[in-house]
Amino acid sequence: METLLKMTVDQVGIEERAARITTRSIKTSAKREGIKLAISMIDLTTLEGKDSRGKVEALCRKAIRPDLNNPEIPSVAAVCVYPNMVALARQALSGTSVKVASVATGFPAGLIPLSLKVEETKRAVASGADEIDMVIDRGAFLSGEFQKVTDEIGSIKEACGSTHLKVILETGELETYDNIRKASLLAMNAGADFIKTSTGKVSINSTLPITLVMLEAIRDYFRLTGKRIGMKSAGGIRTSKLALHYLALLKESLGDDWLDPSLFRFGASALTNDLLMQFATQISGRYQSADYFTND
Amino acid sequence: MKRTNVLKTYKLFINGQFPRSESGHYFQVKDPETKKILANLARASRKDLRDAVKAARGAFPSWSGKTAYNRGQILYRIAEMLEARRTEFAEAIIASTGAKRSQADDEVSVSIDRMIWYAGWADKFSQVFSSVNPVALPYFNFTMPEAMGVVGIVAADELSLLPLVSQLAPAIVSGNTSLVLASDSFPLPAILFAEVLATSDVPPGVINILTGPRKELLPHLAKHMDVNAVHYVGQNSETRKLLQTEGAANVKRIIASEKPNGDGWFSEKAQSPYLIEAFVEMKTTWHPVGT
Repeated sequence: METLLKMTVDQVGIEERAARITTRSIKTSAKREGIKLAISMIDLTTLEGKDSRGKVEALCRKAIRPDLNNPEIPSVAAVCVYPNMVALARQALSGTSVKVASVATGFPAGLIPLSLKVEETKRAVASGADEIDMVIDRGAFLSGEFQKVTDEIGSIKEACGSTHLKVILETGELETYDNIRKASLLAMNAGADFIKTSTGKVSINSTLPITLVMLEAIRDYFRLTGKRIGMKSAGGIRTSKLALHYLALLKESLGDDWLDPSLFRFGASALTNDLLMQFATQISGRYQSADYFTND
Repeated sequence: MKRTNVLKTYKLFINGQFPRSESGHYFQVKDPETKKILANLARASRKDLRDAVKAARGAFPSWSGKTAYNRGQILYRIAEMLEARRTEFAEAIIASTGAKRSQADDEVSVSIDRMIWYAGWADKFSQVFSSVNPVALPYFNFTMPEAMGVVGIVAADELSLLPLVSQLAPAIVSGNTSLVLASDSFPLPAILFAEVLATSDVPPGVINILTGPRKELLPHLAKHMDVNAVHYVGQNSETRKLLQTEGAANVKRIIASEKPNGDGWFSEKAQSPYLIEAFVEMKTTWHPVGT
């Protein structure tokens, strides 16, 4: 682990490689399969102060059957909400394969005391969350208090029990690729089941190079420990083309094992409709209109 | 002084910018008499058409939300810019269509006048086509036109500039956004017109112009679910059938008309407020009133 933590990131190399992925052309049957896979990996997300019960219920219905006109389209992986909506989402999704994910630990800033973070996590789990998305304390990380960050993740993991824990690094606030790599490794070592790029609440969200840095950290951690850690890219992924580029990057960094909703997720809301529209275009040969897809 | 020729690269006009075709393809425009190559034009692909529709859809809320007065000002501005470049347009028409100078001059003049004519209608057509409807209930009931959305303009083929202006102006003056398939035979003045639009306060995406073989682009225009109406002027029954059948999937409004006969495009008969009405939706409102 010490050796891994000492390794730094080749910024130019990472950005070059990520840029090269975007020149791949993914067409016809590969595109169709890619779109279906991407939909099955989505954490359909609503994290706004104005979220209502009605909106969450509608989102859950969409999560189960994203396109009512097309039974070929799979359910999404999970619905991601604030803790106060977990019970409602649990009820709306009962009997389906769609998981309930809840943000916790004072999302999005993560600046509440640890005891409250643990309490919030326990309540979300008790309400029926299958997955917890926690945020790390970026202030502590940037001031070099790595032990504090690690201990917090450990405490939350303990509060989660068997519930899956996703650790949000908020890469947009970590400044450098080296920090992102370091935070990824710390989180995995402290018990994360997934590492996740961002909250979606800051200006820089998930990008291909950032995701690549994290995927390589996951690969290195896997080689060291044999543990498969999941990756969630969240925020700013709005088009099918970009989503397919993420899948290409994933396959070429971690291989087929990771091409599965249990190990890779997209945190998104707008992306779903674009994937559905692209799929409909593939099938019908007609470019689609947003008028014919649900409006969220 | 001896100089190297400065040859112009013509491109497409999408979202206020001049991109090359996504396909990377070009075609040549030749002088009809001397067969000398005049220019290489971008050969638009279906993806360029898709991008144009996307740009038009994106521009729609803001363009239809502008005041009618403001839209009139912008149409007038197009005419002003066209006036300033009238010699250049006449030259382009002569070179690419083989028209006589007097006819080319006329075509530019009438195009300018027609744009101004429709600019004047911007804040007037709504009054003409609206109505207050008598109802036997305590409601104030009224009907008014609203812009439809994205309109595809298939410019008539026989001239280069005037049909384009005559078909485009009535579609956009009410707040629609558009994509134009330039004349198949004489596309050069159409893409030159894009340079006028780019300097006329027309917001990006309101007008998009594509050059390239029509038979490649029309099926995708007809099929596109996000195009609300198409204006086709011409006699090709195959084209009409294609537009009607493929357009049915999203109930496109297909306006297919004959080209005006004789000097039709030049005559005042080629301009009409009913062409504005052809590309609006009528909205009726029931508003409760006290007894």
